[in-house]
Amino acid sequence: MSERRVVVTGLGATTPLGGTIAETWEGILAGRSGAKPLPEEWVERYELPVHFACTLAQKPEDVLTKVEIRRMDPSAQYAVIAARAAMEDAGSPEIDPLRLGVAIGTGIGGVWTLLDQWDILREKGVRRVFPLSVPMLMPNTSAGNVSLQLGARAGAHTTVSACASGAESMGTGFDMIRGGRADIVVAGGTEAAIHPLPFAGFAQMQALSTRNDDIDAASRPYDTGRDGFVMAEGAGVMVLEEYEHAKARGARIYAEFASIGMSADSHHITAPEPEGAGASRAMLEAVERAGLSNADIVHINAHATSTPVGDIAEANAIRRAFGADADAMCVSATKSMTGHLLGAAGALEGLFSVLSVHHRVAPAAINIDDPDPKIDLDVVTGDHRTLPDGDIAALNNSFGFGGHNVALVVKSV
Amino acid sequence: MAQSEQEILAGLAEIVNEETGLEPSEVQSDKSFTDDLDIDSLSMMTIVVNAEEKFGVRIPDDEVKNLSTVGDAVGFIAKNQA
Repeated sequence: MSERRVVVTGLGATTPLGGTIAETWEGILAGRSGAKPLPEEWVERYELPVHFACTLAQKPEDVLTKVEIRRMDPSAQYAVIAARAAMEDAGSPEIDPLRLGVAIGTGIGGVWTLLDQWDILREKGVRRVFPLSVPMLMPNTSAGNVSLQLGARAGAHTTVSACASGAESMGTGFDMIRGGRADIVVAGGTEAAIHPLPFAGFAQMQALSTRNDDIDAASRPYDTGRDGFVMAEGAGVMVLEEYEHAKARGARIYAEFASIGMSADSHHITAPEPEGAGASRAMLEAVERAGLSNADIVHINAHATSTPVGDIAEANAIRRAFGADADAMCVSATKSMTGHLLGAAGALEGLFSVLSVHHRVAPAAINIDDPDPKIDLDVVTGDHRTLPDGDIAALNNSFGFGGHNVALVVKSV
Repeated sequence: MAQSEQEILAGLAEIVNEETGLEPSEVQSDKSFTDDLDIDSLSMMTIVVNAEEKFGVRIPDDEVKNLSTVGDAVGFIAKNQA
């Protein structure tokens, strides 16, 4: 029996650039920044050094019912919005619930619920603690809620690998279909962590850009003036489907989800291994598992968060993996526009890679005014670039605190 | 200050609406919380706590199982309001 192939038949998202994937992609191609000032009083009260973030373009309250808002942590709200949109985009396929799976990653989980309820317990006592606190704060709250919403019974999984979570979940979905456990998996990532505590934690580790006077220019991967990432929130979800299943129902196929490669650095809890040994292994494994060679990869959507150290480590890893072949791979750095969605980043950028292959376009990064000479890559700036005709493939990198490296490969069909 | 049973019913209907999305007009005295309104024990807990705050009464956990209909709850609140 030949191997089961996995294709992408639906996309859904809610992001700092738009309430849908279509609006988000339009924003990406237009080079818009999703950064917004944070009007919350806690920014001043706690004297946070960063006054902005890439918050959602569309409030969940505009899309969900009052009861849904009350009973789901924001991270689950975003995931449900994106998952419903993805299934609709896939043509709302009719499928046996036992053949429908879910895989939704998150970096931090239900942190708003956890900390809000802790405040309530301390200030008002146990009687006021919301009885749904635990199912709202648990990391798998999004996978569980999406499974409930869609009636998915083949399995609902949560990958947690910091900023690689969203990419890893798509790998989980891919494996579920390849292994025969499901015919469709709704896979992606979600994050809702623009809460004072994680915000303060990232600020304290000097990970965030403090460019308060020019927030649209704050996220600037590969530019010499980069000074940290811009925190973002949202969710990105794709419908992964077994190829014959998709063909039989006449589904629109965006691209083939060809493989996932993974590795761990075992180097430092937050710093990337500077030579990129682990990251390059993940990339090479992804290309090899896809049955491709370096020459097939025409585009890379880089992790590129805009931190001084991380961007160079990734560039080194790409060179280490592909050597001179990397000259023929153009590189997009979409976090310059979306900011860093943490556990949803790899998922959203996976969607971008699918759209890049589908529309044959590599988005241009914004804010690279003074390219860092230490970055030896063909980074797309200015206008977006057209990708070649014929069979093409694209790589999407995601890395997370803890030393997690995940690389995805999508290819044209 | 004690409220009329009509006022309590209306207030309770608001709390139920906020928790479950049910139309306030569906929250009538003869309706069972579980069988008619499909309210699970977790939602019931939230409704009880919100009712305690709104009506200034204490509804002990042991008492909650006796409040099977909306009317039972309205009656309990009316009787125990100072």
